[in-house]
Amino acid sequence: MKATTKTVTTDLSSTTKDGLGASPRRPDGTLKVTGEFAYSSDLWMEGMLWGATLRSPHPHARILGIDVTEALRLPGVEAVLTHEDVPGAKRYGLEYQDQPVLAFDKVRYKGEAVAVVAADHPETARRAMERVRVDYEVLPPVSDSVRAAHDPEYPLVHEEGTLPVHEEYRQSGNRVRHQPIRSGDFAAAAESEEERLRVLERLRAEADAVVETEYEVGMQDQAFLGPESGMAVPAEDGGVDLYVATQWLHVDQKQIAPALGLPQDKVRLTLAGVGGAFGAREDLSMQIHAAMLALRTGKPVKFVYNREESFYGHVHRHPAKMRFEHGARADGTLVYATLEIIVDGGAYASATPAVVGVASSLGIGPYEVPHVMVDAYGVYTTNPPCGAMRGFGAVQACFGYESQMDKLASELGMHPVALRVKNAMAQGSRIITGQEIDMPLPMVEMLERARDLPMPVERTALEDPSDQRTLPGGVAGTTRGEGVVRGVGYGVGLKNLCFSEGFDDYSTARVRMEIVGGEPVVLVHTAAAEVGQGLVTIKGQIARTELGVERVAIAPSDTQVGSAGSSSASRQSYMTGGAVKVACEAVRESVFALARERGIVPSEAADAELSLVGGKVVSESAGVLVSLADLLGESASGGTVVEETREHHHRPTEVLDPTLGQGASHTQFGMCVHRAVVDVDVDLGLVKVVALDAVQDVGKVLHPQQLAGQIQGGSAQGLGLALTEEIQVKDSEIRNPSFTDYLIPTILDMPPMRIDVLEHPDPHAPYGLRGAGEPPTLSSTPAIVAAVRAATGRPLTHAPVRPEDIVGIEL
Amino acid sequence: MEFLRPSTLVEALEARSAHPDGVPIMGGTDVMVELNFDKRRPSALIDLTRVPELTEWGVDGDRTRLGAGVPYTRIIEHLSGRAPALAKASRSVASPQIRNRGTVGGNLGGASPAGEAHPPLLATDAEIELASVRGTRRVRARDFYLSFRTTALRPDELITAVLLPEAAGPQQFAKIGTRNAMVIAVTSFSLALDSERRAVGTGIGSAGPTPLRSEAAEEFLEGEFDWEDGRPLSEAVVRRFGELVASASRPIDDQRGTAEYRRHALSVMARRALSWSVTDYRKGSARCA
Repeated sequence: MKATTKTVTTDLSSTTKDGLGASPRRPDGTLKVTGEFAYSSDLWMEGMLWGATLRSPHPHARILGIDVTEALRLPGVEAVLTHEDVPGAKRYGLEYQDQPVLAFDKVRYKGEAVAVVAADHPETARRAMERVRVDYEVLPPVSDSVRAAHDPEYPLVHEEGTLPVHEEYRQSGNRVRHQPIRSGDFAAAAESEEERLRVLERLRAEADAVVETEYEVGMQDQAFLGPESGMAVPAEDGGVDLYVATQWLHVDQKQIAPALGLPQDKVRLTLAGVGGAFGAREDLSMQIHAAMLALRTGKPVKFVYNREESFYGHVHRHPAKMRFEHGARADGTLVYATLEIIVDGGAYASATPAVVGVASSLGIGPYEVPHVMVDAYGVYTTNPPCGAMRGFGAVQACFGYESQMDKLASELGMHPVALRVKNAMAQGSRIITGQEIDMPLPMVEMLERARDLPMPVERTALEDPSDQRTLPGGVAGTTRGEGVVRGVGYGVGLKNLCFSEGFDDYSTARVRMEIVGGEPVVLVHTAAAEVGQGLVTIKGQIARTELGVERVAIAPSDTQVGSAGSSSASRQSYMTGGAVKVACEAVRESVFALARERGIVPSEAADAELSLVGGKVVSESAGVLVSLADLLGESASGGTVVEETREHHHRPTEVLDPTLGQGASHTQFGMCVHRAVVDVDVDLGLVKVVALDAVQDVGKVLHPQQLAGQIQGGSAQGLGLALTEEIQVKDSEIRNPSFTDYLIPTILDMPPMRIDVLEHPDPHAPYGLRGAGEPPTLSSTPAIVAAVRAATGRPLTHAPVRPEDIVGIEL
Repeated sequence: MEFLRPSTLVEALEARSAHPDGVPIMGGTDVMVELNFDKRRPSALIDLTRVPELTEWGVDGDRTRLGAGVPYTRIIEHLSGRAPALAKASRSVASPQIRNRGTVGGNLGGASPAGEAHPPLLATDAEIELASVRGTRRVRARDFYLSFRTTALRPDELITAVLLPEAAGPQQFAKIGTRNAMVIAVTSFSLALDSERRAVGTGIGSAGPTPLRSEAAEEFLEGEFDWEDGRPLSEAVVRRFGELVASASRPIDDQRGTAEYRRHALSVMARRALSWSVTDYRKGSARCA
């Protein structure tokens, strides 16, 4: 009994069925697999209208006039709205209100929303859009991110005086944010350009090997399968109820209400079925448009973007241009590093400032380097807007610094793992912002484990080496082994988890316990978005473990409870998991208090020796005291309902100072190491990834199966960025807005993975856990590209690697 | 939009004749995409899925008659021996779900230069059967593709079948895609050696406004190849063959790849296809002897 009591509250191998550490089935799992799950695109209401969006055909143009007369004349059309019809604030934004609800004066990217239509049939809505006349004066695109960062003569995307001012971002021209970071001798020389150059010259002279390279990361898409969709329903109180697929209900609400000119409580949101997110649903898409049309027509209005429209309807991963320089001694010890990274935010800021904050602070990765100089720029252009995507800022930098590590290792004749081990950070290290890593970081162990994992069998040892599915090019039959060369590569990445830079990040949970049918039942209510990651399962596991109750229901996520923050930054297990945990603790305390009030608990027994196990209140010394059913009584017959709402905040973080970039800006650090093995057809430039094995420290495993899914999924997304996934933008126009030409990996591209999970608990985090979703997305890309380099001997400085790069054709 | 569902070939031909602006639909893997994206709004859809003749295949003299509506999955299952190049091409089409629906007739009707079926039909000198209320005619694949997405098909005709000569030698198909499955061709190549007629056939996909062949490469190889014993060819001959194939292409730079890469890849695929064919040919003659 004693041992059992202890395990309930402190150990994750919970005795409650389907508690933490187990792999219970997802409540939505069967429905999704059988095709019965209702996604936001499946919403339907009697008498609803269909919304459609008229988008700019030009990346950059002045709007001279909009005429909706002909569109309104079409039978079945109930409303056609433009910027003139926006009831409240005409601009919105995630952190930075620079994006028009509907374009006025100018359009700044191809696909920007100009007008919206509601009609009784989607086809009618489309036809109506064709009748809206917009007169444009086409302007040249502002498409070069390097000029946007550095050329004061380059045309401005946003007119002077129209943008919110943030001194700390060092805005100027088209720069959204410039974040410098200076450490070591570069910090001392920060004031003078001349002095900095002298420092650099001296450090170069100290180094035995110097590698300087420019790298590019292409614009990746989140490629979620469920397109932007949802429904707005006008309410009797003059407000509106929205059913949408999003990542953060309350930040949507905060942006929608001002645009509608309504108080927050008149705009209520409920999460509809989300078909993937990966960051792309942090920004609004159809939310304000649907609400405007619903309020205007007095009818429910539904939007569903089609696939091509979806490529214009959400932000993408920032493409990056990077110049790295590293110097090292002959034994591999890093002497200094410099980095300039320019991330292209496109037409509107979205998450660009935060992306710059991450790209700068984690710009040279998990390596001890005494002297560092980083300049990170986020810029406006008329390219497609870019914002949040899994691992943002860190993914781009990781491709660069890992490529540099390989190049240095090769220059010094070292094994790539040996060079990394030589310079590896650990608990107690300080990253370039001066922040101490005050949690376990077993980087050396992880690298060595990745290196020592068993290798996949050689091609000649395969059961059937002529099986096309094992060869680069796959079933298209381009080789029977000709030109195929194997290569091995490594990657490691450091990722900040949870929100950074002084944001007071929190989540709210409401937990209710009552007796139904003679049994204790727990209801967990949060506003957290289940986007496929599995939080819905985790919340139930935590409640079962904390309260010793098997029957746990999860309420739909909506704005009737406080904010849960975003389902991003690998933060929901930490933040909402943490909130559910503290709310459960509060429920437990209330139950104990009630038991005391009723004289059931011996007066000498402290709360610390009480626990809830198997639906009973148990004391360490006296055993079972009372069943919850007896203590609370049947809810329907006036029994006691215990309900507690709690917020969970993570520890405060600091902003980076705008000149030296110093400050403890991050909450938690996560790390994953990959070893990739590839077979490359060096004559055709085609790649087959043979193995992509990973070692990741997650602090504590809450749900082994979902964890494996996160690591596999993150690795696959990194594989896509390494080999195929790029939104190709030319003169600010997307050349491949379809899944025919934007290629995400298939089952034949993604190898089965060997995953080695370590559990070194983080003392600051609930259960010691560490966010797990993003780290694998960082390291898999450079590991695969390194393996392709090893097979081909090509420099390969662009991710994704294109066949042209491998066979040596200039692009 | 009218939706017509003929259940016999005669009804189908009448429907086609009455609706020359209509669009025939079989598997729908191309047509439905165009409809869904609002790229096409034909006056009528003629659903051919209930016409039995279109979904049958069988032997027709020394040839295989393949109904235009036989899905790729069945071609892979049944025709790997009789029409190896077309079967290999079918295996590379999209995903299992699409292969269950997509058809050679649809490939020919859409006439995208990227269609997988075209290079094998060109290389093997297949014929295409076109029918209308006026009667039936056969057009060689080599005469079928006229210009970008334009073919010899007349507005009142339906594509009813393709006639595939029985394989009399090795046949190859290879296709470049930047992912290992479910990918549209960056470029593709097919080669057929006919030991009886001592003829070489080539087909090139996604490297010009229409599917193409390289007559120069065919003639060159017909002269150089050892039709008796299939002795290995010199490195120079193999290389020259690759160059001739590449030079017959007329590729462009687009989102799927550069023209230069396409030419390079065609020369590599042509060289490899030739080497495999020589090996297969020798095995074939060894078996016959």
